[in-house]
Amino acid sequence: MVRERKLRVMVAKPGLDGHDRGARIIARAFRDAGFEVVYTGLHQTPDSIVKAAIQEDVDLIGLSSLAGAHMYLFPEVVKLLREKGVDDIVVVGGGIIPDDDISKLKAQGIVKIFTPGAKLDDMVDWVKTNVKPRSG
Amino acid sequence: MSSAVEKVIAGDVRTVARLIRDIDDKIPGVRDVLKALYAHTGKAYVIGITGAPGVGKSTLVDQMVNHYRKQGKSVGVLAVDPTSPFSGGAILGDRIRMQRHSLDDGVFIRSLATRGHFGGLSQSTRSAIDVLDAMGKDYIIVETVGVGQDEVDVVKSAQTTVIMVIPGMGDDIQAIKAGILEVGDIFVINKADREGADKTFNELRQMIDMGHHRYEEGKWKPPILKAEAVFDRGVTELLETIEKHRKHLLSESGGKRPRKKKERVREELAEMIKSRLIQEVLDRLLETGEFDGAVEAVAAGETDPYTACDDLLLPKFRALK
Repeated sequence: MVRERKLRVMVAKPGLDGHDRGARIIARAFRDAGFEVVYTGLHQTPDSIVKAAIQEDVDLIGLSSLAGAHMYLFPEVVKLLREKGVDDIVVVGGGIIPDDDISKLKAQGIVKIFTPGAKLDDMVDWVKTNVKPRSG
Repeated sequence: MSSAVEKVIAGDVRTVARLIRDIDDKIPGVRDVLKALYAHTGKAYVIGITGAPGVGKSTLVDQMVNHYRKQGKSVGVLAVDPTSPFSGGAILGDRIRMQRHSLDDGVFIRSLATRGHFGGLSQSTRSAIDVLDAMGKDYIIVETVGVGQDEVDVVKSAQTTVIMVIPGMGDDIQAIKAGILEVGDIFVINKADREGADKTFNELRQMIDMGHHRYEEGKWKPPILKAEAVFDRGVTELLETIEKHRKHLLSESGGKRPRKKKERVREELAEMIKSRLIQEVLDRLLETGEFDGAVEAVAAGETDPYTACDDLLLPKFRALK
């Protein structure tokens, strides 16, 4: 029998941003989609997020930022992952992110950005389509 | 020795993390790695923490990690949260209370979901304990919600089991009395600044005293401690009590590693046979479609589950007849 791996994702709030309702709702939606969701809580540094993601062996890191520091925090997470030789964890972001920033973030390895108004079902579908539990 | 085995022994975090995932996902090749790693286990001291949701398990574990780190000890944490029976997903939130340790290379924290299917939790958690042990952690703390046989089994594989309660949980103590009182080596009344702590203390003491026949001369009688984990109160005392229990176990077993006790090996081996057997048999039945066929037949009322079970199993186990 081909054993199916369970998708493991991390939802993290980097930086000095106390607004975690969105992150919690997304964590819940991911759980209801059948994923195992590691939630780190508020006020994480990129370093603590990356170390936790490696220990938890997740397939995806979802970063939430509503405080405007995404241009530093999101790419920093990708950079630290690459420094540790990790290239199979997909990094996505969500929050209040201006259109102009989205292409810049994508160029720095944040694969997908979800902005206000994104539907939970669409996000779950995107993850199911684009993130596969690691093989081997 | 395979490179995975070497890397685990060298403490490589990524290898350890992936191996635990493989264990959890029941990847067949993992057994060979575990076989090779077993010779490198037995050095860590395993502590189980259990109690109802909200009593402060993660907060206490966080403080314990902090104390052990100050003593220069390395720590592994396995935090178990329930899988939703409806979606199969899980929110693993124990890390929230422990994230301050995530930058510390002497600490490895891993969240595990119960996954609920076919009694696999105790097996995979036990294997994860072995991995962290082989990795060289001095202490391994297993935190789980104390409901269900599986979770009780998990804490039973610890050398010292700590049961947490909070004041005003009369009914929950009743539940503990019926279920896991027997497996507790140390009781902690957390949030002890709340009203009713003394009452809870007395109730617990009474229940332990009622089982006094088990605590004859030379036997360990579970102490009851008060703590306010969030303020780091009572944690030093808990760690001291754990050390006392550790010494007690050592003297009881004549200085040998207590985990090697025959009763424990018996239990672990039986558990391993059980989960391996279920896995092999179910895999085969799922592969051939027989399992789903039987599910359809029973659901449609064409047969009863007892007959279906016989039809699935008996041809494979003639000896069972």
